[in-house]
Parts: sequence; structure tokens; C-alpha cells
Amino acid sequence: MKGYYARKLHSLLGVIPLALFFIEHALTNFGAFEGGPERFNAGVKLLNDLPLIFVLEWVLIYLPLIYHGVYGLYIAYQAKPNNGHFNYERNWRYLLQRITGVITFVYIIWHVFETRFQITLGNVTHEGLGSLMHDIVTQPVFFILYLIGVVSASFHFANGLWSFLVAWGITVGPRAQRVSSYVCMTLFVLVALMFILSLVAFRRAEFQEASVWIDTVKSVLS
Amino acid sequence: MAEATASSKKVKFMITRQDGPDAAAYTEEFELPYRPGMNVISALMEIQRNPVNAKGEKIAPVCWESNCLEEVCGACSMVINGKPRQACAALIDKLEQPIRIQPMKTFPVVRDLVIDRSRMFTALKRVKAWIPIDGTYDLGPGPRMPEKKRQWAYELSKCMTCGVCLESCPNVNDKTDFIGPAAISQVRLFNSHPTGEMNKEERLEALMQDGGIEGCGNSQNCVRSCPKGIPLTTSIAEMNKQTTKHMFKQWLGV
Ligand code: HEM
Ligand code: SF4
Ligand code: FES
Repeated sequence: MKGYYARKLHSLLGVIPLALFFIEHALTNFGAFEGGPERFNAGVKLLNDLPLIFVLEWVLIYLPLIYHGVYGLYIAYQAKPNNGHFNYERNWRYLLQRITGVITFVYIIWHVFETRFQITLGNVTHEGLGSLMHDIVTQPVFFILYLIGVVSASFHFANGLWSFLVAWGITVGPRAQRVSSYVCMTLFVLVALMFILSLVAFRRAEFQEASVWIDTVKSVLS
Repeated sequence: MAEATASSKKVKFMITRQDGPDAAAYTEEFELPYRPGMNVISALMEIQRNPVNAKGEKIAPVCWESNCLEEVCGACSMVINGKPRQACAALIDKLEQPIRIQPMKTFPVVRDLVIDRSRMFTALKRVKAWIPIDGTYDLGPGPRMPEKKRQWAYELSKCMTCGVCLESCPNVNDKTDFIGPAAISQVRLFNSHPTGEMNKEERLEALMQDGGIEGCGNSQNCVRSCPKGIPLTTSIAEMNKQTTKHMFKQWLGV
């Protein structure tokens, strides 16, 4: 594929569907903070009850993610950062977009392996996800790694929206780009907060109950 | 004794040199007598007159390029104290010492501070940065340009192909084939001209080739570095808009 179209597709997929899914993910998780295990499980169930969920997952999440992620790594590799001599805010965001992209790449592989892939393997059910998260984020090291992951992904998402608006010629002049910077950076803080609060919520004891229950089932079955 | 007082104030230079295109780079220090109003080019001229380094050794004079000496030709671009800029407009009084001078390494170094900016001229040819009016008979005057448009287009026309924006861009390097901000802005200039507009698709398609506008990563260093204050990022975003529109038009066949 010619570079222009390959790059345009990368940009488009970053927003549709990936950024949209990202917002959806932030909302579902925030359910854990807002209404505990019940609210969170309702969100998970709502999604998994969608018809053709297998197809939806691949077409709306995995394939776009693989394309955007792998091509994104290549874009990041091509950069030759020069922030020492060009110490400007936009230039830092340029560098951060690439660094957070790489962190997000590693983080997503780990996170999907620990959660969605365990469901595929049959080690955990959709209802057990809350307690699974509880078990992970109550370990300080993993909690910190998750914090780094969600903050990086949130920045990448919000700053990516900003650059998407430039790449498609929607924000053209300096004023439009400045206003969109304020909006996108506010979005970064809000979405990052939502994810952080969800992680904090998963640490609560109410998510543990279920986990004890799962362990009992597991020990009975084994 | 007059000489002793005149040269009592010294200016220190650290110049990155290179004897040929493939030779290794090295740094040489110079100490020149201060003269009021001197700039980097007049300092280099001083070294040419008396090619002696700070250790007192006689050396081959430092090579550089310059023409206009008034920041309009772009020939004298080099990296001065970490920033790419025109040496003829770099006043010694305004620079921190020792003054570090390096060639713009984004381009092939020919010798010392002389670089080869051919890739920029190749890029201008690629995007057809001209207005074709040649023919077998006189076509008469072209359409008029609205004054309001002429005013902003004039700003874009100030580009002197100096290469500073390419040097400042983290996406112009040996791992990419990105043509850089200057040529993209020139497409906007020629596509806004009432006669040039008649060939605008050709220029947009040139920007949609490999190494074209897709290479931009939005660091926006270019617009902060351009000595002519050209709104490069506005040009890039505008060309993003026009190439995107062109892409959809092509697909839909309109
Ligand atoms: C899987 C790992 C990922 C990597 C390695 C990655 C890498 C990158 C890189 C390097 C860019 C910069 C492109 C440029 O400005 O020239 C970028 C842009 C972007 N990314 Fe990602 N990304 C990843 C995941 C994601 C995810 C999960 C989302 C959605 C939340 C996302 C959304 C975006 C958006 C919206 C853009 C801006 C598109 C544009 O400016 O054209 N990315 N990505
Ligand atoms: S756009 Fe500005 S920095 Fe770039 S080549 Fe032209 S004058 Fe130099
Ligand atoms: S000599 Fe022409 S810009 Fe410096």
C-alpha cells in the first residue's frame, strides 16, 4: 500500500474504532468505582451479550489494534527526537506520543493476556473478571504498572485525537490547534482519572468476595 | 599598543569541522579579536584571513557558504549554539560564548560548514513548485488574485529554501524519506495562485506519494524555527485537508 493511504488508515483506526472503544472501556471500568461489582458486571455482561461478539471483537478491536500498533511502532522507530535543542511543548508531546505508544503496546499485550485471554483459556469467567482485577491490583508492583499503563494509554488517546484533527485538516490555524490542545489535554486528565479511580475501586474488599468464591469453586473442581 | 587594546576582548568559537564528505568530524577552537557589530560570517571571514586556531597552529581555513549577507538567500544556514539559523544574521553580541558552530547534519556535509541542500530542490521539483505558462502562443493575462489572498500568499513566498525547518524536524532523518515542511508549504503557495490552481491536483498527488505529507509527525518545531516566520504548520494542516478531500474525490470519481 502506498505510504499516504497506509498512514491515513493508521490515523483513522486510531480514532475509529480504537479511541471510541477506549472511551467505552473507561466507562465500563468506571462502573466499578460508581457501583461496585454489580455495576461493573452489568457493564461486562451488556457488552458480552452483544450479538456476533466474536466478530465485533476482531473487527472493532483486535485487527485495528494490531495494524495501528505495529505501524505505530514503525513510526516511533523512525523518529529522531531533538527535545534538547528544541525544548517546546509541542515537541515534547510529539515525543510522548511515541513513548506512550510503545508503553501502551507492551501494556495492552500484558493486560489482554491477563484478562481476556484467560477467559479464552477457560481459567476465568466474565463474572470473575472483577475479582481477577482485585487480585492483580492489590499487589503493589502490579498496581503501579497498571497505573503507568492507563496513564500512558490515556495520554496517547487524547494527544492522538489532537493530532488526528490536524492530520485530517480539521484544525488548521494556530488558534484552532490551541483550543483543541486545551480540550484534548483536559480529556487526558479526565479519562486518566476515570481509569485510576477504577483501579482504586478494584482494590476494595467488595471485589474480593467473589474471588474467594471462585477459589472455592476451583478447589472443588480440582 | 593600539592593537593590544583592540584585541584585548576575545571571542571564543568551537567549530565542528570535516575535511571532506566522508571524513571524520572534529572540533577546532578559535579565539578572535572582538569587533563591535561582528556576526558569525564576519568571524569566519576573519579566520579565512588569518587561519590560526586557538593553539596558535596554522590550519586550513574553515569553509562555509554565503551570498546575500542579509538573510534572504538561505545559503549560510548552520547550527549555532544548538539552533539552526542564518550565520549572517547571528550577531556575536547576542550569542553565549564559546560560540559552538556546526554544519546542519540533516544534509550531506560537503566540507566543514558547507552542506548540500539538493534534496530540497529535488523536493520542489517533485511537487512542481512553479506555474506552467509556457506555450506556443501568448495566452494573455491570467485571472486576478484577490488582495486578501495575495497578502498571506506573499508570506509563504518568502521561503528561501534555507533548510532550517528540515534541520529542526525530528521526522526528517536517514530513516525516513520525508520531504520536509518547506515543499509542503510551497504547494499551498502555488495552489493558491489563480493560474497555479489550474494544476493543483498534480501537486496534491505529489504530496500523496511516499515521503510526502504523510511524513509529518506534528512536532511543530518547523514553525518555531523558520527565520521567515512562515506559518508552516498552518500550511501542513491545510494541505492535509486538501489531500484528504482529493483522496475522497478520487475514490468517488467526482
Ligand atoms: C498498541 C500500541 C500502540 C502504538 C505502538 C501506537 C503508536 C502510535 C504512534 C507512534 C502514533 C503517532 C503517529 C503520528 O503522530 O505521526 C499514534 C497515533 C495515534 N494513536 Fe496510537 N498507538 C497504539 C495504540 C493506540 C490505541 C489503543 C489508541 C486508542 C486509544 C491509539 C490512538 C491513536 C490516535 C488517535 C493517534 C493519532 C492519529 C494521527 O495523528 O494520525 N493508539 N499511535
Ligand atoms: S520554510 Fe522557512 S525554515 Fe523552511 S526552508 Fe523556507 S525559509 Fe527556511
Ligand atoms: S548569506 Fe544569504 S541568508 Fe545568510
